[in-house]
Amino acid sequence: MDLNLKCKQIRKDILSEIASIGSGHVGGSLSIVELLVVLYYKHMNIDPKHPLMHGRDRLVVSKGHSGPAVYAVLSDVGYFDKGWLYTLNKPGTNLPSHCDMNKTPGIDMTTGSLGQGFSCAVGIAMASKLKKDGANIYAVVGDGESQEGQIWEAAMLAAQWKLDNLIAFTDYNKLQLDGSLEDICDLAPLDDKWKAFGWNVITVERGNDCDCIDAAISAAKVSDRPTMIILNTVKGYGVSFAEKAGCANHSMAVTEDILDEALKELDGAV
Amino acid sequence: MMEMRQVLSQELEALIQKNDNIVVLNADLAKPNGLGELIQKYPKRVFNAGIAEQNMASVAAGMSSYGFIPFIVTFTPFATRRICDQIAISICYAKQNVKIIGSDPGITAELNGGTHMSVEDIGVLRSIPGIVIFEPADTTELKKAIPQIVDYKGALYMRMPRKTVPRVYDDSYEFEISKADVLREGSDVSIFCCGIMVHESLCAADELREKGVSAEVVNVHTIKPIDRETIIKSAKKTGRVITAENHNIIGGLHSAVCEVLAEDFPVSVGAIGINDVFGQVGKLPYLKETYKMRCRDIVDLVLEKF
Repeated sequence: MDLNLKCKQIRKDILSEIASIGSGHVGGSLSIVELLVVLYYKHMNIDPKHPLMHGRDRLVVSKGHSGPAVYAVLSDVGYFDKGWLYTLNKPGTNLPSHCDMNKTPGIDMTTGSLGQGFSCAVGIAMASKLKKDGANIYAVVGDGESQEGQIWEAAMLAAQWKLDNLIAFTDYNKLQLDGSLEDICDLAPLDDKWKAFGWNVITVERGNDCDCIDAAISAAKVSDRPTMIILNTVKGYGVSFAEKAGCANHSMAVTEDILDEALKELDGAV
Repeated sequence: MMEMRQVLSQELEALIQKNDNIVVLNADLAKPNGLGELIQKYPKRVFNAGIAEQNMASVAAGMSSYGFIPFIVTFTPFATRRICDQIAISICYAKQNVKIIGSDPGITAELNGGTHMSVEDIGVLRSIPGIVIFEPADTTELKKAIPQIVDYKGALYMRMPRKTVPRVYDDSYEFEISKADVLREGSDVSIFCCGIMVHESLCAADELREKGVSAEVVNVHTIKPIDRETIIKSAKKTGRVITAENHNIIGGLHSAVCEVLAEDFPVSVGAIGINDVFGQVGKLPYLKETYKMRCRDIVDLVLEKF
């Protein structure tokens, strides 16, 4: 499968999904498309026909506002009908703004209050170790989310517990809701911080490149410690209206006109 | 006489041996909470998560999502107000099966003083949808409750003193988590109480009998969901109500009982408990006197209402 082509299609699905309700978390959804595609199409041991399969790999998207991106991929791999995407945030939907394990097939943990999902992933990784089921546990944290103290509480415990089955990613797009991390509460040097917390750290300069992400995950799987893969991404990546908006793309309007333009841009790029 | 923490440890060990899904997490308070031996004996089942309660709560939620039944144990303020959002979102909203145990609630924190003397834990958690809140009155009630706590699938918070408490129940006690216990039948006043105030209320009922007042004593061990039927039935019988709790009178048992009665049988409800002030260092007798939580304070309040 051409993963780059798949990423373009997923971006179109995400934008159509958000446009169906008029606005949503565009930036942080688009920045992790390559990561989700590489995980779901290349690495994760899952069975969409059996969402609760014993011993499956799990993904906790701790930056829960990226739900729209996860839903686009989950529907594409077959957890539910693609038509569900157009119910995003509508009354009674199974696809709420933030990820909810009790509503959406394929979602492994409810997230949305920042910092908590990452701790849940540490608990899941420990649980998998205790059950000896050999699962890999993946977690995605936001860079802005990493300002939460709970992220670092979880980081310490994961290292203490030697959770080598835990592979985490930072969506390091350098932007948070109100502006740039540098101006608000900077994380740099992020790689040194994770190293100091006892983690195996892999920095991916091209965090929106499928091959680079793929190689990093393969390397992480043979680590004897938990791994943090720092993905240098672009918030709103792949669509110029979103990229140009900068931090304003965190949650933004997607009108039918904007969607038409964006779909043309993505088709042209294909 | 066994301490509450000894019984907790004993019952948790029995559970660990019987049920492969039981795990226990604490936040660097294993020894004070009586878990020192368990953590040595069961390193794959009993964990110290370090002094990081927020992480501990969400880690427990993650383990629950994998089929485990985690108990998280620490002092009451750190098991509740410090980790409110984690209890609300990781545990309750996500529908995880985590049991939260807060030790030394209210004035039982004694010499640890105001910082550790949670007077608000019930109030803080009671407004989180779906959580069960339970407070045993003695070691027998604690012991009898543990199997039902495990059988209940969902988030549950238990507050309990660590040390010895006066005996209320004998071994024939049949505990039912959803039913309040009428410990003493009476016709003049209903005293709804929980935790350490059950013993004080029984003592008050004895003294009141000598003064010609017939007091009904009801242990409302489960504050949420509260046993509406028993409360209304008793209030209708006596027409006068007192609540007695080791908690701020705002947000705890008093509020919970008033909510029931306001809707179904409006009646005057007197309150024994901490009157919206923070705690302080002191031994139990001093603190009970300071916050008017003694047997005689209950008697005085009842007599005032006649």
